[in-house]
Amino acid sequence: MGWVEQVRQKYRRDREAGTPSLILGIETSCDETSAAVVRDGQEVLSNVIASQIEIHQQFGGVVPEVASRRHVENVTPVVQQALDQANVGLEDLSAVAVTYGPGLVGALLVGVTAAKAIAFAKSIPLIGVHHIAGHIYANFLAGGLEPPLLALVVSGGHTELVYMPEHGQFEFLGRTRDDAAGEAYDKVARSMGLSYPGGPVIDKLAREGDPAKMVFPRAWLEEGSMDFSFSGLKSAVINTLHNAEQRGERLEPADVAAAFQASVLDVLIEKTVLAVRKTGVVNVAVAGGVAANRGLREQLQARAKQEGFSVLFPPISLCTDNAAMIAAAAYPFYRKGWFHHLDLNGYASLPLTEWQEGPFLKLHE
Amino acid sequence: MFQTITHTPQATRSIAAQLAELLEPGDVLTLSGDLGAGKTTFTQGLAEGLGVADRVNSPTFTLIREYEGRIPLYHMDVYRLGEQAAAEDLGIDEYLYGDGVSVIEWAEYIESLLPEDHLQIKIRSLAESEREITISGQGDRSARIVEELNRRCRI
Repeated sequence: MGWVEQVRQKYRRDREAGTPSLILGIETSCDETSAAVVRDGQEVLSNVIASQIEIHQQFGGVVPEVASRRHVENVTPVVQQALDQANVGLEDLSAVAVTYGPGLVGALLVGVTAAKAIAFAKSIPLIGVHHIAGHIYANFLAGGLEPPLLALVVSGGHTELVYMPEHGQFEFLGRTRDDAAGEAYDKVARSMGLSYPGGPVIDKLAREGDPAKMVFPRAWLEEGSMDFSFSGLKSAVINTLHNAEQRGERLEPADVAAAFQASVLDVLIEKTVLAVRKTGVVNVAVAGGVAANRGLREQLQARAKQEGFSVLFPPISLCTDNAAMIAAAAYPFYRKGWFHHLDLNGYASLPLTEWQEGPFLKLHE
Repeated sequence: MFQTITHTPQATRSIAAQLAELLEPGDVLTLSGDLGAGKTTFTQGLAEGLGVADRVNSPTFTLIREYEGRIPLYHMDVYRLGEQAAAEDLGIDEYLYGDGVSVIEWAEYIESLLPEDHLQIKIRSLAESEREITISGQGDRSARIVEELNRRCRI
């Protein structure tokens, strides 16, 4: 009996038994090796994260070759630890889910290969998960959230407004035309001589500064556009710093940080409000590393209250890359019986809207 | 040497795209210019010319980015690696001698790893949106590319 037939039988048996599903998630798309066990898409039994931040901090950024090597060293013990902490064995799993893109291709392949090996050896379903979908699903781990919803995805590589009409389905309402918000944070931090990663440092500094001391541009783009642009803002901040330096003036770093952050948040928040008004969707979920930004959390909450929509942020611990969110995002596909074949590959670039297109191995109930 | 002045980011991208048409796997380009001079813009043009469908971002968090195209594009920023870039085994030479075109920002840190024959691209900000682009070649192959670029862009 081939793998597909064995998986089909296992899936039928598990669904007929009606016992809770246990999905093992694996995430290796960038600089964290993570594995998690999640029950029924919501209950996190374990979520082990081996961060490589220290090694990459030495280099001031992620070095793909170094990341891949670390993932190879970490993936087996991290998966074992996730199983141990959840008190389950490979035999108990309902499915294995893994990030297959976007990310560093060499890093992705480590997780994808580990997941395929487990799926093959234990004849259990395999579900490839889109990394950004995972970040959006971090919000579902808190419970009580159902589509339709809007997602504001903000990270080092992404700034997008996404409409999610139902589970596993995504449409772009707006996206950045140049730099991602997190990237602008890092560039500005770098030109201010602040440490890497720049986002948290600027967020903290901004709280001590006066945003009214200087005004940076806000890129609203065309009337009604939900797209973003942060490249002009980045250049404006850098020019201001250079000009001050040439005139021998000293700008208070906290004020620069505050004015820069005010400009970023203003655009992020107002574009989100516009998306809410246009779609009539009242649930907004924020996802990605910048979701940990305190300024964004406070100001978006306040604006949502005024406008009468609800906004959810994942717990800080689930804002960064982790495997629990990957297992959570896989759950709706598990319910539908949509799985990936063993030829699943890792992709450096993978549009979110293509995830739902498969190709899937459809094992309907 | 090839030198030109552009007045819009689109014009910068267009020069880069024309250069890309002359490139082959294994070609190495160094790219220098101040923050905001347009290094990412230039690389976006190269990517377009190499048939890369993805949007090119600056390699800020990820110090080496790979793009699939007619010819793969490897975009790296060595600034933060500093002196250790050449000292440690970071896989950089695998890109330089690989199947794609490598574009390197802050290449002075990996001078010792660079193939002798490579192109140097300098972007200088003259005014708000005015940029001076200088492309010079080191080695026979690079000299031929510069010559061809001059011929094409003069017509």
